Amino acid sequence: MGFLDIDNTTKSYGAVEVLHNVDISVDEGEFLVLVGPSGCGKSTLLNMIAGLEDISSGEIRIKDQIMNGVHPSKRNIAMVFQSYALYPNMTVGQNITFGLEMHGTPKPQREKAMKDVASLLQIDQLLDRKPGALSGGQRQRVAMGRALVRNPDVFLFDEPLSNLDAKLRVDMRTEIKKLHQKLGTTIVYVTHDQIEAMTLSTRIAVMYGGYVQQLGTPQEIYDSPANIFVATFMGSPAMNVVPAKVVLKNAKPVALVALHDGSTVSLPFSQDNMTAWDGRDIMLGIRPETITDEDAADRNSSNIARMTNRIVVTEPAGSDTFVTMTFGGKDVIARMRSDADVRAGADFPFAVNMEKAVAFDPETEMRIIP
Amino acid sequence: MSVATQDTAIRTGRVTRTLIYLILILFALFYMLPLYVMAVNSVKPLDEITGGGMMNLPKVFTLEPWAKAWSYAQIGVDPTGLQPYFWNSIKMVVPAVAISTVLGALNGYVLTKWRFRGDTILFGLMLFACFIPFQIVLIPMARMLGLMGMAGSTGGLVLVHVVYGIGFTTLYFRNYYAVFPTELIRAAQIDGAGFFQIFWRILLPSSGPIAVVSIIWQFTNIWNDFLFGASFAGADSQPMTVALNNLVQSSTGVKEYNVHFAGAILAALPTLLVYVVAGRYFVRGLMAGSVKG
Repeated sequence: MGFLDIDNTTKSYGAVEVLHNVDISVDEGEFLVLVGPSGCGKSTLLNMIAGLEDISSGEIRIKDQIMNGVHPSKRNIAMVFQSYALYPNMTVGQNITFGLEMHGTPKPQREKAMKDVASLLQIDQLLDRKPGALSGGQRQRVAMGRALVRNPDVFLFDEPLSNLDAKLRVDMRTEIKKLHQKLGTTIVYVTHDQIEAMTLSTRIAVMYGGYVQQLGTPQEIYDSPANIFVATFMGSPAMNVVPAKVVLKNAKPVALVALHDGSTVSLPFSQDNMTAWDGRDIMLGIRPETITDEDAADRNSSNIARMTNRIVVTEPAGSDTFVTMTFGGKDVIARMRSDADVRAGADFPFAVNMEKAVAFDPETEMRIIP
Repeated sequence: MSVATQDTAIRTGRVTRTLIYLILILFALFYMLPLYVMAVNSVKPLDEITGGGMMNLPKVFTLEPWAKAWSYAQIGVDPTGLQPYFWNSIKMVVPAVAISTVLGALNGYVLTKWRFRGDTILFGLMLFACFIPFQIVLIPMARMLGLMGMAGSTGGLVLVHVVYGIGFTTLYFRNYYAVFPTELIRAAQIDGAGFFQIFWRILLPSSGPIAVVSIIWQFTNIWNDFLFGASFAGADSQPMTVALNNLVQSSTGVKEYNVHFAGAILAALPTLLVYVVAGRYFVRGLMAGSVKG
């Protein structure tokens, strides 16, 4: 039993099932991020935890108390909305204490709780202002203050950073993470931004089409994606997934992948179980940062393969240079050091860290488990 | 070849502009003319009017017609002036406007934030109320008021106007609340606010502009209503409009045009006042919600 249990939960609108048998158990103090493209059901799931949407079947429990049919205000949860949803007619202070007032907390306690939260979030000087007179970042803080002041069991965040500009978003991301480390609260956080998911979470649930595609720590999700969707959704630039053919070379499995001119290169697998796939087609997944120049190749890797391929486009991004090539008939991106001597149109010797490569079954799109 | 002018969408040429203003001023004068005639003649002695020269400024200025219209003109049996009827109107308009506005706001709140099966159909039916001509309901309404024992009373008139006004006020508030962020309602729910707490604490304080629209609209309509007042009011609950009609239509004695003019202006003053005080919110409120939603 976890702290928050989502047990075989589904959601249907009429005959249409939008969430299918979701099973997630969250421990106390965890930071769970629900991530996925729009329409994957992540916000619906969050609203079901909050009690803003009915649960069609299954159970949601907080601290072993069944929450099905329990009113949102009685679940001891707090929610931060995408639009912040600050009450426009109330001051910041009134916004923060409104929930306490509705729960019948006496005024002196409300005042004290408000002061504590305000100093924690450094919004003391804003308490008498109306939300209309605040900047985006300040509103964000007030929205978090309103959630914090209730001292809830579970915090729910619904894409809280997506209305901020890029710089502020990064700052607030750090802020939220600090807050979580300091307070150790249980958080469920919805976002479509995979970088937010990676940086904030202790665990990620990647959702797509109403299914939880994979549930795991950020590292698990990144290194061992369960399927092609997870592999390409998480990470920026996305993981390169190219068609390859498995053959045995000296009784060791290798992947044959087409280069730009139609010739093939053989990349030896680190996983021995790929032997079983001898002669069959697979999809080979390679992260951009595992394709580098010779000097930048991971020295701890036991399996660096080499290949020479033609560069189509280079995109200098300051810290790195992204190089696009045609590989396996697709555009494949490699992440090079910014000082790598790469020019469009030139042939370049690449080093591929095959230890990090993953293979997918082209039929089921599931990862072939080593 | 035509000479290039500096016309833009905002700055038109000097000649065009002069022409436009000239036409606008002419129209304005044309519309002001009746008010001018009323105002000028209401401060003349009667013989000055009957002597012709309706458009002339008064030679002798007198407020006597105003005093007479207000406090001792012969209306009905007693020479009471319009004064008691003015208060009848106030006693009818204030509760009718208040009740229909509050009910419209509640309806709008439910129809947008507490949606239920068939809510759009219900709203459509309520809208229908805006298009029912008054005359159709006269007889059924009279019967209903009789059955409820409210015939000939101010309460009965209030009821009639509330029923008739709800369609409009619901329309206003529903469209206004349709673009009111639902996340705010959800946040308030999580904060533990109930149905009416959300309404009073969150929704109503943000409803200023549309409340003004509803109040102006209802006030003007109910104050100016003649048909319901003439049909359903008793002798001691007749509104201003009916009294004004009785004053002007009296068939005995001399037609005191100056008194009639003064009385007509008196009857129109409250709606003018409401419009002047709250008018600038009117357009703003009408436009609210029209961009999105």
